Amino acid sequence: MTDTPTATTTSSGIQAPQTQRPAQPAPSARLRAWVTRAPLLPALVFLIIVTQLPMVATLVISVFDWNALYPEARTFSGLANYGEVLGDPELRKSVFTTILLTVTVVLVSLVLGMLLALLLDRRFKGRGVVRTMLIAPFLLVPVAAALLWKHVLYNPEYGLFNGALHWIFGDGAAQPDWVAEMPLGAVEASLVWQWTPFMMLILLAGLQSRPAEAVEAARIDGASAWQVFRYITLPHLRRYLELGALLGTVYIVQNFDAVFTITSGGLGTANLPYTIYQTFYQGHEYGLASAAGVLVVIGSIVIATLALRVVSSLFNEEARS
Amino acid sequence: MTAAGSIARTPDAKPASKSEPNTAPKSVRRRNAGLGLVAWLVGILFVLPVLWMALTSLHSETDAATNPPSLAAPLTLDGYREFFGAGGGPSPWFSLANSLTASVVSTLFVLLLALPAAYALSIRPVRKWTDVLFFFLSTKMLPVVAGLLPIYLFAKNTGMLDNIWLLVILYTSMNLPIAVWMMQSFLAEVPTALIEAAQIDGAKLPVILTRVVAPIAMPGIAATSLICFIFSWNEMLFARVLTGVIAQTAPVFLTGFITSQGLFLAKVCAASLVISLPVLAAGFAAQDKLVQGLSLGAVK
Repeated sequence: MTDTPTATTTSSGIQAPQTQRPAQPAPSARLRAWVTRAPLLPALVFLIIVTQLPMVATLVISVFDWNALYPEARTFSGLANYGEVLGDPELRKSVFTTILLTVTVVLVSLVLGMLLALLLDRRFKGRGVVRTMLIAPFLLVPVAAALLWKHVLYNPEYGLFNGALHWIFGDGAAQPDWVAEMPLGAVEASLVWQWTPFMMLILLAGLQSRPAEAVEAARIDGASAWQVFRYITLPHLRRYLELGALLGTVYIVQNFDAVFTITSGGLGTANLPYTIYQTFYQGHEYGLASAAGVLVVIGSIVIATLALRVVSSLFNEEARS
Repeated sequence: MTAAGSIARTPDAKPASKSEPNTAPKSVRRRNAGLGLVAWLVGILFVLPVLWMALTSLHSETDAATNPPSLAAPLTLDGYREFFGAGGGPSPWFSLANSLTASVVSTLFVLLLALPAAYALSIRPVRKWTDVLFFFLSTKMLPVVAGLLPIYLFAKNTGMLDNIWLLVILYTSMNLPIAVWMMQSFLAEVPTALIEAAQIDGAKLPVILTRVVAPIAMPGIAATSLICFIFSWNEMLFARVLTGVIAQTAPVFLTGFITSQGLFLAKVCAASLVISLPVLAAGFAAQDKLVQGLSLGAVK
């Protein structure tokens, strides 16, 4: 992708003087192109070195049988690691866990975020205060938020959830051990709490860019609130829903903090980032971890391509308006 | 919109008032107030765990761990004293200072790299500038965990493990794409006509940048910095793998509370709140531009 602009500009820079404007000397046009490009280069070079080189290195390591505890035994093993990763039931399970966790959190927080955005898309006393209160969960350090859920809310003996049950139902109230009984649900609930504000913010921005004339006209024509929502608001929000879903997916697929803090990857909640972390950091299986990493990258590219398409369509629309 | 609306409205509606609630029919106003109440309730429900955490942090450890919870227990700052090391535990000051260094310095680096790049992508755009912009974004979509091992091996072989500068570099690369996108969209808001007018008047580039571009783009640049600060402050995976004792950051310090240690709820709450405080402050300060930043400039 990076090569494209450079390649095209350079080639046209060489061709232009020969074919179209022979009077123009080639070096000055090329020089000018480089002067415009110069401010861009530090950022571009820095980013390629720090983010792209490690990915290449991961690709290389992934074809070696390499356990850090036996460094002498490092041998080229071709695609054997990939076979092992795809055949390992634990890794396959973590793929499934990642998908389940991501889909649940994104869908639930998207629906809740939409309801909240619809509630906030009107004038009422203290609207700004409510908005600020709703954003608060998103502005906790992720580890702190996970600790809050794990110890302060979920704790079976003195957590707020069981305390509230005790309050409402008296001494005989059920006192479930939330994390042990629904480990994945416990992680998901804390993430939904943190990500609903994010979805709300995006959808609220979408609602506020909705053409007011169309809504007004539909109301005058006697459309019900539901009809306005179904035929005007929802189609307008479609792109914002897609954007929220895809950005949420990009972030939550990578989630490490909540899984690490609430369950430490136990009880079937280990997602791919956690499993890769464990394979290399505790298991010292460098080759295997890298192969799993490459597979995650391939999966991410699929999501990213979709996400980039949505961002680009919104972007072009903004540019045109 | 007001013109089209006023036709349908009753003639006794005050023509001078342009704001929505005064011109809206009574039934709509009443429904808005009712739904506003619902919004208030949901808002309180969302913020309740945070408020509960604040209250628990001010209770003594024995009052914090009762079931049913004790609401009206006497308040004390013991939890905060414990967190700051009064009880002989590890002091959090080092990790707070490390987090501050990593977040502030990496944000400065991001500004240094992103501002010129954004300039080359908006005010004086290079050819195929959208392709470049999308390349920046695509790097943000790849999972960091996939590049973690080579970075770890590199750090180990060059003696950079447990060194805060490694985190500074990584956080700079982590936030650079977002910053370039945000800044590009903020700089694009500077009217070209204004820059051209200044050029015709004979203004040189530094003058144009400081007198024309900076005043318009400043709020956006400030919001971008705050968002980069938040992401760096929050980061845990890199910090956990690449730092140990010396360069430990605040989120890594928090991971010390993952396993229960007897009566420690007030201390956990105090720690979580203190460490989240900079993020809460920065987030509320950048509230208006938060969506634009988090959606990578796609939503304004």
